[in-house]
Amino acid sequence: MSDNNTKKINVSPSALYGWLGDRIFAVSVFVLGFIVIFTTLAMAISLYYEGSEAITRFGFWGFLTGEKWDPAITMEFGAWPFIVGTVSTSLGALALSFIPAIAIAVFTAEYAPHWLSHIIENLVNLIAAVPSVVIGIWGVFVFTPWIRDTVEIPVYIWSLENAPGLTPILGNPIGYGMMTATIILTIMIIPFTTALTVDAFRMVPKEQREAASALGATKWEVIRMAVIPYSRGGILAGTMLSLGRAIGETMAVAMLIGNKNTLPFTLFGPGSTMASVIVNEFREAVENIHLTSLMAVGFYLFLISLIVNLAAAYIQRKYAVTGGRAV
Amino acid sequence: MRSLRSRYARDNVVLVFIILNTVAVLIPLFIILGYVIVQGFNYISLDLFTKELGSPTRNMMGEPTGLVHTIIGTAVVDIMAVLISIPFGIGAGVMLSEYPDHWANPILRVLNDTLNGMPAVLKGLLAFVLVVKPMGSFSGLSGGVALAFVMFPIIARATESALMNIPWSIREAGLAIGLPRWRVILSTIIPAAKVGLVTGFLIAFARAAGEAAPLVFTSFGNNYLPVKWTGWIFGPVDTLPQRLYNLAISPYEHWHGMGWAAAIILLAVITASFAAARFFIRDKKQE
Amino acid sequence: MDNVIENKLRLETIGLSVFYGENPGVKDVSLKIYDKKVTALIGPSGCGKTTFLRALNRMHDLTRGAKVTGKALIDGQDIYDPKLDPVIIRRKIGMVFQKPTPFPTMSIYDNVVAGLKLVGFRDRKLLDEVCERSLRQSALWDEVKDRLKTPGGSLSGGQQQRLSIARALAVEPEVLLMDEPTSSLDPQSTNRIEELIGELKDQVTIIIVTHNMQQASRVSDYTAFFYIGSLIEYNKTTKIFTSPDQKRTEEYITGQFG
Repeated sequence: MSDNNTKKINVSPSALYGWLGDRIFAVSVFVLGFIVIFTTLAMAISLYYEGSEAITRFGFWGFLTGEKWDPAITMEFGAWPFIVGTVSTSLGALALSFIPAIAIAVFTAEYAPHWLSHIIENLVNLIAAVPSVVIGIWGVFVFTPWIRDTVEIPVYIWSLENAPGLTPILGNPIGYGMMTATIILTIMIIPFTTALTVDAFRMVPKEQREAASALGATKWEVIRMAVIPYSRGGILAGTMLSLGRAIGETMAVAMLIGNKNTLPFTLFGPGSTMASVIVNEFREAVENIHLTSLMAVGFYLFLISLIVNLAAAYIQRKYAVTGGRAV
Repeated sequence: MRSLRSRYARDNVVLVFIILNTVAVLIPLFIILGYVIVQGFNYISLDLFTKELGSPTRNMMGEPTGLVHTIIGTAVVDIMAVLISIPFGIGAGVMLSEYPDHWANPILRVLNDTLNGMPAVLKGLLAFVLVVKPMGSFSGLSGGVALAFVMFPIIARATESALMNIPWSIREAGLAIGLPRWRVILSTIIPAAKVGLVTGFLIAFARAAGEAAPLVFTSFGNNYLPVKWTGWIFGPVDTLPQRLYNLAISPYEHWHGMGWAAAIILLAVITASFAAARFFIRDKKQE
Repeated sequence: MDNVIENKLRLETIGLSVFYGENPGVKDVSLKIYDKKVTALIGPSGCGKTTFLRALNRMHDLTRGAKVTGKALIDGQDIYDPKLDPVIIRRKIGMVFQKPTPFPTMSIYDNVVAGLKLVGFRDRKLLDEVCERSLRQSALWDEVKDRLKTPGGSLSGGQQQRLSIARALAVEPEVLLMDEPTSSLDPQSTNRIEELIGELKDQVTIIIVTHNMQQASRVSDYTAFFYIGSLIEYNKTTKIFTSPDQKRTEEYITGQFG
């Protein structure tokens, strides 16, 4: 009788439904996954390959440190001005944004009543989602004229009269320039850092806060003693990711930085970043060496972004706090 | 020894500092949103949705101009991006969560995150190299591919975490009643995770829809409606973020107004997809 | 209760109730805690003993929606006096939690003196002294004296709990609340901490929540039995464990429920 039953159950479904189906499914999934892998590799390879002419002509370090970018006459290209622009604007934005971003996170996660922290969080997320070009148009028509008239020109005039040595550092007060771009970048990365920091704060176990309170700590002392140290890995990694954002930020910077390709850059005066020069010149690049030089700039931008992203991952792991958590 | 009063004084100083910072940052953020909304509504008109842009002279001659070709173009490019990115994003996500022992998974995870962290402008360059150069012209398709590069790393991660949230026992239950693995994944696991998946798409879409940098040298931009429908895919296509950039840096005042209008349309699209994502998440929480 | 009068009263609750929203977690508990004695709070899980303990140093202030009614007095002073800062109360009444809670980024040394640094003690010599004294009191000194600069998170679970005790002792509290301090530890560490409680009771009043009746009978002088949020019986530990007055207490300590 049991024999009979087994036979009935063993009426096997078609191979296509069974093992063959599994095979086909798994293979298609792996193919899709591998294409994702190859896309990333393709980015590195194609940027290098397309930029190789410039990199071989000027040398890996020569192109990196070359200060001349002349697509008109000498056809000499070096990425240094853009590296300077990218590094100074993004580090500047990072420095300006760090404390306010953490402060908002502390207020949202620790101090604000529930309803208010909800509103702030949504607003911060919304701003983080506003496209770069939209910030850019506001920068072009509202922020740039405002900062030129209320900050740059008065400061410039003051320095002409009182500190003439300062004027070469300040540069032309035209509104479009390094400082404007840095401030816009700051505004753009604050919501990002804040959101990641709030997430990190929310991960702090209740036990840590209670332990600090039980020692007789005031509210701020609890935050300083238990909350911030515990979430430092998340905060630092979030900061690195924000730095990565600032480095890769393109449109708003291209619209506001003034696009000058030669060093030295001044505080108020125009400058350029790696991302902005690609967007500005790519469509107009006629000469082959100009185009490959832009691709090479892209390749260096890839390397810098890669380093920053890996650093973020490393920091997260290195400073992650494992002890003191309820198991 | 420090008195309790001085400790509270410090508490209050810190709190004031924190509140000042919060206000000082939130105000510009409000101002930006306010400007875009007010200015955008000022310049919204019916022509915007029915007429094409044409050359700058067309507008100077007083002819009606608009962004209809941009709006359609954005829809076409975005839809292509969604269609391209969904299979790769989900495929990679399924590989990460359902085949956890695959040797390539650590590589996939790292490289997917790497791609996600790359500046969008580089994704545009990649699409330029992979699509525009071989095809010989700027095209809507290449724009779709460029935006897909923005979207699928996000979708892959969202898919992975959505599927991981489904307890392993549900898979075992499916396998135990004799279903093959692919049936279990397609008809049990993916439907169970659909809220997470849809939320992931919407967030990925919202990120990609605002990107201009990858489109500048892929879909390129176009002041006119294409002559034939194939022009949407194989010819240069206008998109809102890229058009907004061109309008804002153009020397024509009327175009600046159109830029604000483009900004509010773009903002509306993105806010809507974010709101939808939040709505889905809340729905899930109530279940 | 016999022989109670000879002890000095330290802490007292009168009709203390704790509400989470509408539901009382602790109902109308009146209890006297005696100076330099160990008082154990026992009862089945969910009986409100931890909730009661946390009411004694105003930890419920930190929980949204928790409300405390009735009176709690330390040396006759109302703990819930609105003019009195909970920060002061928590300094007088220290606490050790179920799970060890060293601050993981701080060194062992900094963990111990964290409470002192809060109130502005900076004198290195004094801090060194307090650190050594507290670590000796918590019987951790010999194990960690050579690595005071290593992170607190690097210790074993039992050591971490003794570090938490040392940290609580460093500020010289009058009362020490212990919320199931050994529930996440192995038997050996548990043993160590029970010995420690015996050594500490000359210096500090201890109230310990435990689900382990043997532990209560080993370490405590007084025992309070809680059931569904109410205090059922409170007496000397020897009395509770040999001839309880209440039937429920007897049922519980003989293992008939819980």
